[in-house]
Amino acid sequence: MIEGRPLIDWSWIASNPDDIVERILQHLQLTAIPLIAGFAVSLLLAVWALKRPALYTPVIAVSGLLYTIPSLAAFAVLRPVFGLSLLTAVIPLTTYTLLILFRNIMAGFQAVPPDVLEAAEAMGYTSRERLLRVQIPLAVPLMIAGVRLAAVTVIGLATVASILGDAYGGLGQFITEGLQQLFPTKYLLGAFLSVVLAFGTHMLFVRIEKAVTPWALSRESAVG
Amino acid sequence: MAERVHNAATVVFDHVTKHYGANEAKKGTLGAVNDLSLTVPAGKICVLVGPSGCGKTTSLKMVNRLIEPTSGKILLDGVDASTRDVIELRRHIGYVIQQVGLFPHQTVEENVATVPRLLGWTEEKQHSRAAELLDLIGLPPAKYAGRYPSQLSGGERQRVGVARALAGDPPIMLMDEPFGAVDPIVRERLQNEFLRLQEDLAKTILFVTHDIDEAIKMGDLVAVLQVGGELAQFGTPAEILANPASDFVAKFVGSDRGLKRLSLYRVDDVPLEALPTGRVGEPSAPARARLLAHPFEYLLVLDADNRPLGWASLSSVSMADQITADMAHASSPHLDRRTTLKDALSMLLDATVQVGVVVDRHGGHRGILTVDGIANWIRAQTPAEPAQGSR
Amino acid sequence: MSEVVAWFGDPANWQGPTGVPTRLWEHVWISAVSVATAMLVGLPIGLWTGHTGKGANLAMNLANIGRAIPSYAILVMVLPISLALAPRLGYSPNLGLSFIPTFTAMVLLAIPPILVNTHAGLQAVDRDLIEASRAMGLKESQILRRIEVPLSLGVIVGGFRTAVLNVIATATIGAIVSFGGLGRYIIDGRLRGIAGIPELIAGAILVTILAVGVDLVLGILQKRITPRGVRVVTGHPEIIEPAPI
Repeated sequence: MIEGRPLIDWSWIASNPDDIVERILQHLQLTAIPLIAGFAVSLLLAVWALKRPALYTPVIAVSGLLYTIPSLAAFAVLRPVFGLSLLTAVIPLTTYTLLILFRNIMAGFQAVPPDVLEAAEAMGYTSRERLLRVQIPLAVPLMIAGVRLAAVTVIGLATVASILGDAYGGLGQFITEGLQQLFPTKYLLGAFLSVVLAFGTHMLFVRIEKAVTPWALSRESAVG
Repeated sequence: MAERVHNAATVVFDHVTKHYGANEAKKGTLGAVNDLSLTVPAGKICVLVGPSGCGKTTSLKMVNRLIEPTSGKILLDGVDASTRDVIELRRHIGYVIQQVGLFPHQTVEENVATVPRLLGWTEEKQHSRAAELLDLIGLPPAKYAGRYPSQLSGGERQRVGVARALAGDPPIMLMDEPFGAVDPIVRERLQNEFLRLQEDLAKTILFVTHDIDEAIKMGDLVAVLQVGGELAQFGTPAEILANPASDFVAKFVGSDRGLKRLSLYRVDDVPLEALPTGRVGEPSAPARARLLAHPFEYLLVLDADNRPLGWASLSSVSMADQITADMAHASSPHLDRRTTLKDALSMLLDATVQVGVVVDRHGGHRGILTVDGIANWIRAQTPAEPAQGSR
Repeated sequence: MSEVVAWFGDPANWQGPTGVPTRLWEHVWISAVSVATAMLVGLPIGLWTGHTGKGANLAMNLANIGRAIPSYAILVMVLPISLALAPRLGYSPNLGLSFIPTFTAMVLLAIPPILVNTHAGLQAVDRDLIEASRAMGLKESQILRRIEVPLSLGVIVGGFRTAVLNVIATATIGAIVSFGGLGRYIIDGRLRGIAGIPELIAGAILVTILAVGVDLVLGILQKRITPRGVRVVTGHPEIIEPAPI
């Protein structure tokens, strides 16, 4: 109880379902765009790094550095550049997914047993066939684990984006508005839903991982 | 398998050399090869044997161009391998390695059908070929085709690896310590089964091993390589054993050369003996009579499929009306036709009952072999020329 | 950009309760206390589960939970609790508003990396080595002290490093509930609209320098402290490595 008022105003929740759903959808959009873009770029970078191993260390080093920048600072720095548009949020979010995904995709490729690669080469697979038929399928479990980690992380990071402004929407919007309006229902709901979303996404991807790898007897976890 | 056109090519190494540059040498563990020349006739197994770093694996990998020679040529059926399209070349050479390298994400059937798929066979042909090969290696397709490699034992994986290499019916097979990753019992069985396969298929096989016993057992021809990639001796196993060409070869073969010669012969070469047998369910009286007529005191009990269960004493046979399974005790070694005399002798000497039962492919009884029987037969062979000098 | 430089050049920004030193100190102080608290909780548990091997499930789940929960959400969920407890436990509501939620969130986010990495680091020590030590007559505590911990120091320090980064980032967000620290520049700057942009950027830069700097230093420490001959174990499924917060 705060100052005598009940903590959660259930009637508010009941009377604003559209708002709530809209925020959830916005949050998903805020998550999906960086994920998809990040995955595409990471995959390309990883395939390139396979051919040119010298690329690996610099990418990992740079990513290690960018990792450590607190998200709020990252969003803040881009604010004057892109204003309050979606880009200010999406660019750092995409960068963060890039970093997580690149490492996990590379780990996936590195997990392919060398004797399997040797056998594939010796049997007459072209290098393109080898990539598509052997390396990528075998890297998939760790890749999906990486996507899982990236998705869950972005859901969390996306809540922070709204601290800087109200253009991004999402559940962080509820939290920030709730704090500003001193309206616990709103911010608690936002917080709670974001946690649910994060966990739900985690569980979903765990299922996907299991479904995609009928051949694996033991599941692997993501790097980092 | 009726009229089979044997698909085998000749392999010729023509002054093949491989030098590694300073950078490469640091990374790899493969040895260099120096001016290697030898000819493998079609349909024969040539074993490349030698210590670590002698270049045997390197030589093998130059045949399917996983490694390219620095100089010299490798001719397959007279055609320089380097002039052929490398992908097409590899699709027509079978390759088996120690860790097998089965694709974990594909079923056994899909693994085996890999080369046919690459060669563009119809799905139906791929499927039937895979089934045919799985039968050939003793893994019934109904049970194994849909399994994943992680669900197989080490020995089963090795066999699938061999089947996969045979799928495209290649004229040449390259095998790099293919049976090295399994325990000795399984290894012996795999070796025997492979030799049986080779009797039917008669492919040209290049086989790499560091184990001289395996070389003698498996090879029609043996190439002994020494560190630095030089050919120390090339000849039949008998020649290598009888006349080692150098100190190195003699040392590599080992001082038990005489015993090793036992590896040159197989159980199949020795005439089998016979001992009284009795099948489960038969009345015991005739069996007892047979046993009494024979100096040996035990009856070999067989099951309905003619498989040996063990030995029954005269007294237990006398006490019952019928021969039963639980009369049988103390089993003795089962010997395959292809077991070398060396291994057979070793098994016999190791057993409680030093009588070996020779069984066929399905485990059915074919005859008996004793230590005396082996010894007598060896004595009857023409002795090989005495080794030069004293060793 | 030039305005940002001007902001840094303005001496007024370097003194007083809103000056950089003060804010920096607030930030560092709460971070240090949070990590220390988290270590008090996480280290012993991690050492125990890692040495005995029990509680591996706990470690796995904690690893997942630690990554999944948004820091902003924790912050905000603690808020009503800490405010409600203020009159009962006798601390000022102001503290309950700003410090306690931030501190709680930071501790909660710091525990998983410390605990999980300690656990995973100990588990990764060669089992044969431990058995041999036992056979030689070392007591369990001696094995832990003399063998397991020294060999896992690299990974344990890695967990510490991750925890510190988590904590620095969360303290930044803590500014939204009126906590001090470098995050205040970002929040305050934002509230002042266009005029506050230099402050906003300055805050972002300061926090970044702090985070990156600390990470670099700890990274070097981690490398130095990893005993020679032991590779720094990265990419192990359970080990938590620094990630964005």
